[in-house]
Order: sequence, then C-alpha cells, then structure tokens
Amino acid sequence: MTISRGFRGRRRTDVDPARVPPGQYVTGDFPVLSAGPTPHTRLSDWTFEIRGAVDAPVWWGWEDFLALPSETPTVDIHCVTKWSKLDTTWRGVPVDTLLDGVETAAGYVLAFCDGGYTTNLPLRDITGGKAWIAYEYQGGPLAPEHGGPARLLVPHLYFWKSAKWVRALELRDDDEPGFWETYGYHMYGDPWKEQRYRGD
Amino acid sequence: MQLVDETARTRSIVLDVPAWAGHRAGQHVDVRLTAADGYQAQRSYSIASAPEDGYVVLTVQRLDDGEVSPYLTQELRIGDELELRGPIGGYFIWEAKLGGPLFLVGGGSGFVPLRAMLRHYLAVGGTVPLRVLYSSRSLPDVIYREELIRMREDHGLDIRFTLTRRQPTGWSGYARRIDLPLLAEVAFPSGARSLTYVCGPTEFVEAAAGGLVELGHGASGIRTERFGPTGT
Repeated sequence: MTISRGFRGRRRTDVDPARVPPGQYVTGDFPVLSAGPTPHTRLSDWTFEIRGAVDAPVWWGWEDFLALPSETPTVDIHCVTKWSKLDTTWRGVPVDTLLDGVETAAGYVLAFCDGGYTTNLPLRDITGGKAWIAYEYQGGPLAPEHGGPARLLVPHLYFWKSAKWVRALELRDDDEPGFWETYGYHMYGDPWKEQRYRGD
Repeated sequence: MQLVDETARTRSIVLDVPAWAGHRAGQHVDVRLTAADGYQAQRSYSIASAPEDGYVVLTVQRLDDGEVSPYLTQELRIGDELELRGPIGGYFIWEAKLGGPLFLVGGGSGFVPLRAMLRHYLAVGGTVPLRVLYSSRSLPDVIYREELIRMREDHGLDIRFTLTRRQPTGWSGYARRIDLPLLAEVAFPSGARSLTYVCGPTEFVEAAAGGLVELGHGASGIRTERFGPTGT
C-alpha cells in the first residue's frame, strides 16, 4: 500500500461506516451516469414484459402496472463510480409480484431497457424481496435522467445493475453478459466484495 | 511526474507509469489515496493523453468540497507516488477504426477525454470529418486552450467554442448555453450518421445529447459520459 504523503481525507463523522462498502464515499447528491441520450418513452407506449424461459410471457401497460400492489423501500445505493447514497426512498412493484404465477426453471435474467441498455443478474438476486421495478423516487415521479418512467432497483448490487428505463426481464438458463459487463465490468457486482471490474 | 496548471481550477498530472499496458482514447483510471492511518479514498479520472503520447495525463478539476481533487490539484508534488488502476471503460472510447464523421462535444472539464480523442485523431492522421464543440464559462476556463487553438490553426481542425458566462471583447464565437439552433449549426447533418461523444455535467449532456436526438440523430450514434451532481 502506497501512503499518499500529505493526504488526510475528509472522513464523515455523520455516517455509520458499517453502511459504506469498501472504496465508496457517501454523497448527498444523486449523480447521473448513462451511456447514451436519455430516452423519453410516452407512457401510452410503455409496456413491461416478463419473457424468455417462461411458460407464457406476461406484460403490463403503464396504468395496469401502477395498479399492481407496490412497496416503498428505503435503501442504500452504491454506484461503481464510488458514490453511495443512504436512505433513498422509492415506490415500486416487487419483482416477486411480477413473477407470481410465472413458471420457470431459469437461473438468470437479462434486463432490457429503452436505449438498448441491458444488464444481467442471477434470478435469485431479484427475488425474495430484494428487487423492485421502481417508478417513484423520494415521493415524486422518477425523473427521466434517473431512469424514469421506471427502473429496476436492486440495491444490494452496484447500481448499474439497477437498470434505468427498464422494459423487460428476460429469464434465461445462461448468464449472458449485459452492456457494461461486456465492457469489462463485473458479472455480479457485489459492492461489499468490491466486485467492480472483471476479475475482482 | 510533471504538474501543469491548465486553468485556475484544473491541473494536469503527467505520469510516468511503469509497465503501463496502454489505453484507448476516452478511458479513465481509478486513483486511490491512502492516509497514514490506512484510510482510503478513490475516484475516477479521465485520461487526457492519447495512446500514442507515451505518458499518462490526468487532468483534474478541483471541487472545493471534494476529497481527492483538492489533494491532486494542490497537495501532490513531483516525486510523490500515486496509486492507479486502469485503464477502465470500453464504450466511451474513440479509435480510428470506429470511423466517423466524428463529433466531439464537451462541457467544462468534460472535455478531458475528448482531448485524448483529439490527440489520437491527429496522432494517427485521422481522415474522417471532425467537428469539435467546447462549452465553457469563460475563455480562461477553457482547458488546453492554446493547444486547441494551435490545432485549429496548424491542422485546420473545426474546433468551436461557446462561452456561456463571460466573453472577451471582440469574441466571435458562440456566447450561450448549447441549444437546438447552435447544435443544428455545428453538428453534422443527421443523415451523415456521425459518431458523437458528449461529456460534461448532467444538464449539459441532457441538452446536447437530447438536442441531437431531437434534431433527428440516431441515439445509437451518441455516446455520453456524465459527471457531477444533479442537485436533486
């Protein structure tokens, strides 16, 4: 380890260190990162679909989706670019609810989004109360640059897995790398193990 | 190591990295600082040099409430060691084989990775049509100012500036934030299927990338990189 001469750091005393994964810093801002222009899909054109290795695909339009039972999780989020944000509150539909009644033997899921973005996750990481399709943030509609109208929310993994502008979950037998995963980012992305890049 | 003050708030750190495996223009590195008691902080910084330059340059903008950038811009001295990881990133890159026409749009210190692309373009004798738009608050805030003006004069590159807050007397460039008419004037026609790289603060990227889409440019030809807070 190289000691950086003269570096003391600006440690925050108002943050419980046990809530901050290694290599992360806590910010009050909500930085935006995305690989391309922000899509602006009309709600009348918006659908959400569960497809792939399922007995029968299911989908919802915007109004039907909002009518599904929702939850308001308050969670900490961790971006691979090093910022973490604590106690963010969302409203969304639990993925468990969406998969209710879907028969599948798949082990993985590939999320598809407006703009062509994809990301891959093990199915067990978005079930069991661990993930939502979120459409509100801090009590208001989710802003387009933050993934609105709806994004995947999987707070226990690095935030690139919480795909913005999500439109479909494709259940798969194999773990197919998504967008950032093909560009050298980690297939799984556990912030507590600092799985940022391939090989971590 | 060499330190170059580019503007009042930005400094370039020219690094001699042993066993550097090379990088592609547009990639970044993670810089990790370690205090004497083991406390660590890390941040990502774009590489400002071209792969052909033979050294690695990071241009860092000082954020007053930052943790790493004040150290890198004010405390770091020649002879100090810096812990780097990288290069990282494989999407926001341009290399000659990706072709063009190439449109580089930078806001503030978001110009840093585009400078790597520009230097790469010149180093490989780039032939695809190139246009560059750099938005800055004022002329003294333009990073690599003299180099860019030289590129314009010596190589005839189409590099244009817009100064959003203060303009020098007799300024003949643009003098406003990026908007649709400005983009329509500077960008290639939408039918040219150009490859566009936009980097800057979020509102800047929204205006530039969103504006190009509104003008009929295909979203798949626009690559973005954003930094900085959104304030929400």
